[in-house]
Amino acid sequence: MVLVLALGDLHIPHRAADLPPKFKSMLVPGKIQHIICTGNLCIKEVQDYLKSLCPDLHIARGEYDEETRYPETKTLTIGQFKLGLCHGHQVIPWGDLDSLAMLQRQLDVDILVTGHTHQFTAYKHEGGVVINPGSATGAYSSITYDVNPSFVLMDIDGLRVVVYVYELIDGEVKVDKIDFKKTTATTHSAH
Amino acid sequence: MLSELRTSKLSPHKYYDLYMRAFDELRKLEIFFKDEGKHGVSVVDLYELVQHAGNILPRLYLLCTVGSVYIKSKEAPAKEVLKDLVEMCHAVQHPLRGLFVRSYLAQISRDKLPDIGSEYEGDDGTVMDAVEFVLQNFTEMNKLWVRMQHQGPGRVREKQEKERNELRDLVGKNLHVLSQIEGVDLEMYKETVLPRVLEQVVNCKDDLSQYYLMDCIIQVFPDEYHLQTLETLLGACPQLQPTVDIKTVLSRLMDRLSNYAASSADVLPEFLQVEAFGKLSNAIGKVIETQVDMPAVGAITLYVSLLTFTLRVHPDRLDYVDLVLGACVKKLSNIPKLDDSRATKQVVALLSAPLEKYNDIVTALTLSNYPRVMDHLDNGTNKVMAMVIIQSIMKNNTCISTADKVEVLFELIKGLIKDMDGSDVDELDEDDFKDEQNSVARLIHMLYNNEPEEMLKIICTVRKHTMAGGPKRLPFTVPSLVFSALRLVRQLQGQEGDIVGEEVPATPKKIFQLLTQIIEDLSTVPSPELALRLSLQCAEAANDGDLEHVAYEFFTQAFVLYEEEIADSKAQVTAIHLIVGTLQRMNVFGVENRDTLTHKATGYSARLLKKPDQCRAVYACSHLFWVDDQDGVKDGERVLLCLKRALRIANAAQQMANVARGSSGPVTLFVEILNKYLYFFEKGNQQITGAAIQGLIELINTEKQSDSATPDSASDAFLASTMRYIQFQRQKGGIMGEKFESIKL
Repeated sequence: MVLVLALGDLHIPHRAADLPPKFKSMLVPGKIQHIICTGNLCIKEVQDYLKSLCPDLHIARGEYDEETRYPETKTLTIGQFKLGLCHGHQVIPWGDLDSLAMLQRQLDVDILVTGHTHQFTAYKHEGGVVINPGSATGAYSSITYDVNPSFVLMDIDGLRVVVYVYELIDGEVKVDKIDFKKTTATTHSAH
Repeated sequence: MLSELRTSKLSPHKYYDLYMRAFDELRKLEIFFKDEGKHGVSVVDLYELVQHAGNILPRLYLLCTVGSVYIKSKEAPAKEVLKDLVEMCHAVQHPLRGLFVRSYLAQISRDKLPDIGSEYEGDDGTVMDAVEFVLQNFTEMNKLWVRMQHQGPGRVREKQEKERNELRDLVGKNLHVLSQIEGVDLEMYKETVLPRVLEQVVNCKDDLSQYYLMDCIIQVFPDEYHLQTLETLLGACPQLQPTVDIKTVLSRLMDRLSNYAASSADVLPEFLQVEAFGKLSNAIGKVIETQVDMPAVGAITLYVSLLTFTLRVHPDRLDYVDLVLGACVKKLSNIPKLDDSRATKQVVALLSAPLEKYNDIVTALTLSNYPRVMDHLDNGTNKVMAMVIIQSIMKNNTCISTADKVEVLFELIKGLIKDMDGSDVDELDEDDFKDEQNSVARLIHMLYNNEPEEMLKIICTVRKHTMAGGPKRLPFTVPSLVFSALRLVRQLQGQEGDIVGEEVPATPKKIFQLLTQIIEDLSTVPSPELALRLSLQCAEAANDGDLEHVAYEFFTQAFVLYEEEIADSKAQVTAIHLIVGTLQRMNVFGVENRDTLTHKATGYSARLLKKPDQCRAVYACSHLFWVDDQDGVKDGERVLLCLKRALRIANAAQQMANVARGSSGPVTLFVEILNKYLYFFEKGNQQITGAAIQGLIELINTEKQSDSATPDSASDAFLASTMRYIQFQRQKGGIMGEKFESIKL
């Protein structure tokens, strides 16, 4: 059982002052093995905070990030799954699942994690799963009205991944979960 | 043995050791004396007998010992024996020896005082007698103790002071005894005990004694007594020697009273009844007035104690809190800026106390003297304090909800908002500066009112202050302000109907005008990339509000920034993504406007520096001509034109690579374009046929197999998964399956 925290679009300090207190109290160091962040933190302080939760931190560049040297895209392997990470402002039309599927094919990953729309989605298509953890602070978005703060926790176990989405709705944290299964194990040989 | 106690050669410490040994022996003697049967002498006679001892000191020790037995035997009234003894001790005037012999008297008489409920009460004595006895012993002991400092030359003075201090508890013990006497109630304390003790304290005119005894009184007697005798106690303070550290004494008194107040709510009315606050603040005022040389830190420490007291006892009396701050301002007014670090620390403590107590910055904002105290801090500490204030707001999730309060708040934190006189911004550490500005940026989100009119006022107030921050600060503060305003726009757009009638300041149009100006401010930095992003955000918001002209204006702003100010190639690529991405979502534009903008966007895309970037930007532009919702534009031809253009660029990129490096690059770009063909094919673009797709696939395969091709696993995998996708769609059956059947593989 490997826990992967996926979150992003916090937009601190431009659009939000801080993570919701209820989220902060849930995110404690030492419980999570990896963090993948879709970008738009935006300041180093937030990066330091995330690093304190888990040293294995991966960030893709958002268009408001102070640090311009985060990569545009990133791929990593966790257990049997290949994960891809990209903020998403580069994929036009924004939030278009077919276009995101193309990126997934290009990165050759089982799970693609992107952000930018501040809207949680988990979409399964022929090539794999696209997950958008939304905005962890509920930051303003020109694309989505009424953004609820949200983040995703993935539990990777063998060929199965359970995606837990945590959403702050009317002051209460609501949790939902979605199951995904891979059919074949990842081959590690080079093509 | 007792003769040994006559020595002058021992230090107090050693004398004490000797004394203790003697004391033990005397206990045995006392037991012997008591047992009349053993020695056959009556206690009365014994009392007479010991007075014939040769030297005065042993005589007195023996006398006291017998006296103890005498009182116990009840053959004489306790009060008389005690009176006799305390007066006889007068014969020893040597300070050290006198102190110890009187201490002995105090020790053995302890349990024989005619207190209420004791066996010695009645005709043999009353509480008054007991009190009188102890007071007398105390007075004499203090006189002896004070006299100790007048012995010896000045050089030895320090050593003597230390030795004196070691003995102070002998004197203090008497006060302790007084406090333990049951019969000493408030009345007796007020009428007799306190006045007599204070008389001695004041008259002895010795700073060491005065300080110790005042402190003793405060620690030893109950807090309720202090409250009821506050005036008397405080009245003694100005009469003490000027070298006495009276502020510490007062601070400890106030601390005790603060704790007393905190112990239970029932005692609070008492404080009001005796007007504790008034008396204390007057006393402090007098002390500060008379001790002109008192350093700032001393005065401020006093005010900190008084403030703690006030916050504990009268938390609802903000006027009292303000008074304390005002008194502090008055004291500080002689000093332009504090440069003593301890004093500064105390001022910070003074300012932090209300924040911690009230947990609500809004309360602190109503204290008129609060900003005035802050003004006296040096620039560095002022900023530290401002950060404390901001952190208090963030920690407590406080919302500041009116423009007036925002005004006061920004006055308080002005050290962060703009350059203060005398401060050198260049000196400041860059990271610290960033932290400060980011804190201010976060703070802006805590300023909120649900009422649009008031919210707009808040935004204008914030803008007014942040503009004064100059180019260094604007990149931090402008985004927060812009998004605050955009949230307001969305709120107004969400409200149904237009407000008809009166001139309403808060309309989306007016806010967009304000936003234009705010973004304009960034040109002074200059910060074109940020300005471009914010302009595009505003364009989208205007689109949502159906304001075509406003949206067009913001796009114009963005394009101008792109053309004139964004020269870095990487920055240009991101800027194009944002422009095209935003434009793709616009539905407010009429045909002409839309055409102008898309033409420009496609043009910029084709002129990016690197071929791959050009290619990707151009095929992204294809989406500008195909919008998926029902009345969105669906121009199949122009889509295909874009894709073909992208293909040409990809080809050119391959040829360039061939020439420059001797081998062609990976076929990734072709596969990307293939995916786009498939995208529009699926969406029903008639201009894209199965044959065209086939052709593209063949092209890719040819490229891969050519001599100059470099094998690349990533593009291979990409192609493979794309082919898998096509297969998957074919196997779907239905309309989609049929469509994909037309792609012959």
